Amino acid sequence: MRNGFSRRCAALLLSLMPLAAAQAGEVQVAVAANFTAPMQAIAAEFEKDTGHKALLAFGATGKFYAQIHNGAPFEVFLAADDSTPLKLEQEAASVPGSRFTYAIGTLVLWSATPGYVDDQGAVLKKDQFKHLALANPKTAPYGVAAQAALAKLGIAEEDLKGRLVLGENITQTHQFVATGNAELGFIALSQVYRDGKVASGSAWIVPAEYHAPIRQDAVILAKGQHNPAAAALVDYLKGPKASALIRSYGYAL
Amino acid sequence: MVPLDSVDLAAIWLTLKLATLTTVLLLLIGTPIGWWLARTRSKWKGPIGAVVALPLVLPPTVLGFYLLVAMGPHGFIGQLTQSLGLGTLPFTFAGLVVASVFYSLPFVVQPLQNAFEAIGERPLEVAATLRAGPVDTFFTVVLPLAKPGFVTAAILGFAHTVGEFGVVLMIGGNIPEKTRVVSVQIYDHVEAMEYAQAHWLAGGMLAFSFVVLLVLYTSRLKQGWRG
Repeated sequence: MRNGFSRRCAALLLSLMPLAAAQAGEVQVAVAANFTAPMQAIAAEFEKDTGHKALLAFGATGKFYAQIHNGAPFEVFLAADDSTPLKLEQEAASVPGSRFTYAIGTLVLWSATPGYVDDQGAVLKKDQFKHLALANPKTAPYGVAAQAALAKLGIAEEDLKGRLVLGENITQTHQFVATGNAELGFIALSQVYRDGKVASGSAWIVPAEYHAPIRQDAVILAKGQHNPAAAALVDYLKGPKASALIRSYGYAL
Repeated sequence: MVPLDSVDLAAIWLTLKLATLTTVLLLLIGTPIGWWLARTRSKWKGPIGAVVALPLVLPPTVLGFYLLVAMGPHGFIGQLTQSLGLGTLPFTFAGLVVASVFYSLPFVVQPLQNAFEAIGERPLEVAATLRAGPVDTFFTVVLPLAKPGFVTAAILGFAHTVGEFGVVLMIGGNIPEKTRVVSVQIYDHVEAMEYAQAHWLAGGMLAFSFVVLLVLYTSRLKQGWRG
C-alpha cells in the first residue's frame, strides 16, 4: 500500500520533470554583490515577461571565478569588473562573443549620518573620523576606484593608517558604514540610491573622472551554452526595460 | 621557494597571538563556568548550558552580525565601552579577542565540565573529612584530577580560534597586523587568484590542525581518557 503510493509519486514526479524543463526554463546566475538590488528587480520582471526563472547567487567576483573553474553550475556571470569575464573568455570557460558591458558603476562616499558627508568630499581631509571603510582593493573594483579617488584628493594612505577598514566585498563595506561602526565609506551608489536620489544618510557622488571607469561585464558561461533561458536573460539585460531599471539604481550605461 | 610575504607572516603571527590570548582568557572564564555547570542543581543549569553551547550550532555569520551591531556605536556593548572611554570594539584586536572568547567558549567549557563531572562526589567528600577547605580542595584535588580535561580544553580552544573565519570577517575589517588573521588572508588570496600563496597558507592550516588533533587523540589513548 505504502510502497505503491510512493511508486506512484515517483512516477508522477518523473513525468513532470521534462515538462518543467521544456516550458519554463531556469538559468543559474552568479551576480556581483554590488548589483544585488537591481538584479533582483530585473529577475522579477524577466520572469513576468518571459516565463523563465533566474536563480541568483550574489557574491564576490574573485570567489565566483574560483567556483566557476571548479565546476559551479552557473550559466551566466555578471561580474563586478571587466577583467574577470575577459579572463574566463581567454580560458574558454565562457561562450565566445557573449561578453558585454551591462553597467558602469558609480562610486559614492557615504555616511549613515545625515549631514556628515559634504558634496565635495572635504570631510576626508578633516581628521574627525576613526574609520573609513572601503572594499578590499585587492579583490574588489570599487576598492581600486576608491583608492584612485583618495589619490586624486591628495590623501596619502599613510595618513589613514589604522583607520582604513576593508570589507571583503562592497556589501560588507556598506554594512560597516550602515551599522555606524565606520563613520563613512566608499561604496557603490546602487546600494543607497532609490528613485533618483540617495535614500538615507549623506553622500558625495565621486566624479567619474576621479577613477578609471568601473566597467561591469557579463558573459554566458560554458555551462549555459545550450540553455535558451541563458540567452534570453542576456537579451533581456540588453533591452530597454532592464536598462531603465539599471539606470534607476545609479549606474551609467 | 615559499611565496609567503611579510603580510602573510604578519597574519600568521597575529593568529597565534589571538589564539593564545583567547585560550588563556577562556581557561580563566571557562573554569568557574564549567565547575558550576558540573556541580549545580540549580534550575538555571539547563539555560546556561544551552547559552554556552550556542556557538556550536549558530553560523558564525549570526554571531558576527550580532557582535557587529552590539559592539557598534549604537549597540549596548558599544555604548558601554564608549562610556568607559574605550571607543568601540569592531576593527580592533581587542574586539577580535572578545568575539573569539564567545566563539570558542563551548570548546573550553564542555571538556572542563565533563572532567569535573567525572571526578564525582567521593574525592571531594574525602578531602572535606581531611579538613580541606573548598579552595584548598579545588587546587589540590580537583585541578590534578581534571588535568586531561584542561589539556583538551586548551587545545580545542586554541585550535578552534585559529580556525575562526566568519566572525572575524564580520567584525574585523581586514586591517593588517590588527585584524587580518590567516583564514581571512587565505580568503583574500583565493579571491585575488593568488593560488600559490593560498595553497601554502591553506596547506599549513591543514597540517597544523591535523597535528593538533593527532596529539590530542594519541594522548587520550595513552592515558585511557578519563576526562
